[in-house]
Amino acid sequence: MSSFTAITLTTLAKDLRLEWRSKDAINSMLFFALLVVVIFSFSFDPTAEESRRIAGGLVWVAFLFAAVVALNQTWAREMRNAVLDAYRVSPAPANPLFLAKALGNFIFVSILQALMAPLFTVFYNLRPLGPAWQLLPVAMLGTWALVVNGTFFAAMSLHTRSREVMLPLLLFPIAIPALLAMVQATNAILLGQDSAKFWIVLLVTYDLVFTIACLLLFETVLHAE
Amino acid sequence: MKKAFPILAILSATFLAYAFYEAMFVAPREQTMGNVQRIFYYHVPSAWTAFLLFAINFGASVVYLIRRNDKADILALVSAEVGVVFCTVVLVTGPIWARPVWGIWWTWDLRLTLTLVLWLIYVSYLLLRKFSVSGQTPTIAAVLSILGALDVPLVYFSIWFFRTQHPSPVIGGGGSIDPRMLHVLLINWAAFLVFASLLCWARYRLEVLHRINEENLSLAAMLEEPRFR
Repeated sequence: MSSFTAITLTTLAKDLRLEWRSKDAINSMLFFALLVVVIFSFSFDPTAEESRRIAGGLVWVAFLFAAVVALNQTWAREMRNAVLDAYRVSPAPANPLFLAKALGNFIFVSILQALMAPLFTVFYNLRPLGPAWQLLPVAMLGTWALVVNGTFFAAMSLHTRSREVMLPLLLFPIAIPALLAMVQATNAILLGQDSAKFWIVLLVTYDLVFTIACLLLFETVLHAE
Repeated sequence: MKKAFPILAILSATFLAYAFYEAMFVAPREQTMGNVQRIFYYHVPSAWTAFLLFAINFGASVVYLIRRNDKADILALVSAEVGVVFCTVVLVTGPIWARPVWGIWWTWDLRLTLTLVLWLIYVSYLLLRKFSVSGQTPTIAAVLSILGALDVPLVYFSIWFFRTQHPSPVIGGGGSIDPRMLHVLLINWAAFLVFASLLCWARYRLEVLHRINEENLSLAAMLEEPRFR
């Protein structure tokens, strides 16, 4: 096992263990997403046909907001006791740290989605008319698009005042094409009229472009202090 | 700077006034849209100027990350600020034109959405610079500028998938334009470019002075005798 994978897995395991013991990120995200679902449900009170049309947007907006809650906590742990400074002076490369953090967030948001999916189905009477299995790749690609940029921007906003406010301000404009692709793909699958293929290809492209860009630029951001 | 600025400002104002005269009185009246079409002489040059400034911002950010050159950083900051101003002009004049011609203020069309997303990205860029506390503002701002530039083609293709409603580009887009109109348009663009360069130059000088002043203040604070001893 190369040192790159070793560092990634060690950091990931540490984050997962911390999360397993505290359950901070999952609990706050889960309750936040639940609130969004309930509030949307009674503010719009949609019929089954309407909810099928708007569900794609609702689901992803709820996940986007909830993901920000978890992303904001990504680096907060490392700030305590100057862990991040220790990482900066250590000979370990920067990219495994970033990859581990992004993978950790990916796992947290995926768990959230798995738990929230039944709730959405109950509140909005969802029944996809298109190929339902396509929802899985759309969810995974969409989640990666959110967390890879979110983890990166969370690291960038460490250097700002009121950083918890800064993260969504940086993330949302850049995430617009990904969000559009997720929403349109989900709508296409739920309505079963158009193919979601174009949007899935767009999501793959977005993920590739930003994963590579973030990996290339993360070292610069980590050492900017 | 003190002597050159008023002269250049007067020259730029004269040029803008001439361009205004050309746009309002010399350019022919559009057959179907009427006089409302004349806003085009402000809308299009602003858009071109804004996009040019955003491109300069991207180039300066790349140069900054490679060379760590302060001038490149100031240029990036200045071009983003002035670019956002011109981009705002585009977003305001667009709906004013669209309401009488299309019957709607706004639509999620390719160029409209792209301009709006660019505006959002650059406003977030300026906010990041404003909120940043560390001495590394230029670095993280440059990184954001590069990510924002990568986003533009993705936005383009995502919106391109919808049918587009905006009139096709007047140059290189297959659309036809009266040569007299094109003439007036180019005069206006030239005037806007002169005005934008003047703004950038003034803002650049201001930022240089601001940084020198900050350095002097922090030096003075270091050299000052401790008061309570």
